[in-house]
Amino acid sequence: MPKRRPRVNPRRRPRNRQSDVKAAWTNKLNLASGAMTMQRQANTARSGIGWCAQLGRATHWLLDISELPMEWLIRLCGWSAIFFVFAIFFFVLKEGAGVLGKLDLKEFLTSPNWRPDSAVRPQYGILALLVGTFSVTTLAMLIAVPLGLGSAVYVSEFAGRRTKETLKVVIELLAAIPSVVWGFVGYMVLGPIIIRLTGAPIGINVLNGGIILALMSVPIIVSVGEDALRAVPDSYREAAAALGANRWETVYRVLFPAAKKGLLAAVLLGVGRAVGETMAVLMATGHAVQIPHSLLDPVRTLTATIAAELGETVAGDDHYAVLFVIGVVLFAVAFAVNLTADVVVNGWRGGRND
Amino acid sequence: MTAKSALRPFLCVINTVCLAAVLSVSLLGTGCKPSASKTGEAGSAGGKKVIRVEGSDTMINLAQAWAEAYHKKHPDVSVQVSGGGSGVGIASLIAGVVDMANASRDMEEKEFKRAEAEQGKKPVEHTVALDALAVYVKKDIPLEAISLEELAEIYGDGGKITKWSQLNVKNEGCGSDDITRVGRQNNSGTYAYFREVVLGKQRDYKLGSVDQSGSKDVVTLVSRTPCAIGYSGMGYLAGDVKWLKISRKKGEPGVEPGIASALDGTYPLARPLYIYTLGEATGAAKDYLDWIKSEEGQKIVADLGYVPVTSEPKAPNAEAAPKSEPAAPAAEPAK
Repeated sequence: MPKRRPRVNPRRRPRNRQSDVKAAWTNKLNLASGAMTMQRQANTARSGIGWCAQLGRATHWLLDISELPMEWLIRLCGWSAIFFVFAIFFFVLKEGAGVLGKLDLKEFLTSPNWRPDSAVRPQYGILALLVGTFSVTTLAMLIAVPLGLGSAVYVSEFAGRRTKETLKVVIELLAAIPSVVWGFVGYMVLGPIIIRLTGAPIGINVLNGGIILALMSVPIIVSVGEDALRAVPDSYREAAAALGANRWETVYRVLFPAAKKGLLAAVLLGVGRAVGETMAVLMATGHAVQIPHSLLDPVRTLTATIAAELGETVAGDDHYAVLFVIGVVLFAVAFAVNLTADVVVNGWRGGRND
Repeated sequence: MTAKSALRPFLCVINTVCLAAVLSVSLLGTGCKPSASKTGEAGSAGGKKVIRVEGSDTMINLAQAWAEAYHKKHPDVSVQVSGGGSGVGIASLIAGVVDMANASRDMEEKEFKRAEAEQGKKPVEHTVALDALAVYVKKDIPLEAISLEELAEIYGDGGKITKWSQLNVKNEGCGSDDITRVGRQNNSGTYAYFREVVLGKQRDYKLGSVDQSGSKDVVTLVSRTPCAIGYSGMGYLAGDVKWLKISRKKGEPGVEPGIASALDGTYPLARPLYIYTLGEATGAAKDYLDWIKSEEGQKIVADLGYVPVTSEPKAPNAEAAPKSEPAAPAAEPAK
């Protein structure tokens, strides 16, 4: 039997009190199996507890007198997310509401003609924009999911300690690159390369946008996916090894099913990034209103349309309001993605088996 | 502890701080409104006169050059210039938060009405320079001239020209032979002006053009795309691209873009650049406008590659393009 690295991760062994508290919460909330929403709740809760525990260790008397305000502060932290989501949703809806009565919803959803400035008749059809968003996102995910999960598995299960630390730092650095820089890379570097390699008429297109978005989503998928894999108890790995599974079998047959929910959360965060990304796709996709027939056609996405046009529309105008309705559509898309994931993971009844 | 989990305790704090910031901003926002809307004429800050100008991105270099030169000459007057687009400048003028709006298109009838309704003053148009658009292609494409009719077939809705071979051009660099149309996004003055001149007022652009958000972006993209044709301001000629000569009708000899041809009106793609004020300009703003129209101000126009012009304020929509002739006559210079 080949020599293996110690299966119990040395970085997790020395537990202090704080991480004990955290571990208790982690178990309670079952982070390893949390879908996206679940994971967020856990994060919020853990941040609060961690903070208190730190404070408590340093100054006990302070904790005693400040317990009530602290409790409320933490409560506020927890509720603020809900508050913000609803506040934003209602603001967007309010701005778009004015045009809802006038808007021909059938045309809005099924026509590829986006001509808000038409000299003849303004047409607000977002089909081409929807197809643009979905084509770029789908391509990005086809690239990013295998790449991201692959490197998460490598970082979590296969890499040695030093490689692992280096990789994690570099991957987190990758996540910190601003999207406008990614867009610039797509526009100036990737575009000409695509023209040279494929003979495409133009280098900024679905392929370019998809690759750029994939590169942007990978760091998120890796770090969240790696967290999920790391949260699988080592006893699982030991049991797999005891049954004679090799490393790949352990990953594929044991870790993936065990970390299923966390990995799904990783992928969904990646999808979220890809759907919501604006600046990079504005620069890298070509910003052309059309339904693409191939990967080499330029497209325009929903987000890029809002970014490019909102600045110069007159507030209260139909065009302005329609852009907010597009915002509502984006909200609906995000909600649908999250809901689907929740249903896939937990089933319709929402039962979570802890 | 990973770097991420080390940050977690702080995220909570950041959340709360953000909440507080949002609340205070919204309070401030409502508190400030009354003072922001009654700005009227050029304001003064500590004895210094400030003229606020906003608008067309096409004009931003020009407006900044004017502002700097004028400030050198009159240190007590400071001119603050910002871009954003003709629409943004006009919207700000209507809202009363700027003194002048730069615009590379005519102000629309409904914008005039809104300005009158909201500010009680009629905007006045001042033609301060001429801009000529140019049609750009990559240098190695064997095409020298193009007509407005052909451009309309390329860019216009329902237009039939989609291939380089339809223009009798063998575009070696472009494998697919498809013409990639590069243009501006739909709220740019250049976009509106090109449509007006090339397509006429009643025709839309063909969908699927690659819309860029800046004049320079158009030229940069064309220089990197062998299949592309694009329109942009005349001042953006760079290494890898060339101007096409433009004729009004197919078969006529094309006119080279340039100052002379824009001035004498033979070049079809030249347009006036405007500054709008709310009512007749007074005080520092009037002095500034007069200086812009003077020989000194117009020299800066020529230096930056635009075409100088001197003219009087004119009534809105005084010159509408005749329907049969889509090319709008360039504003006649008084000189």
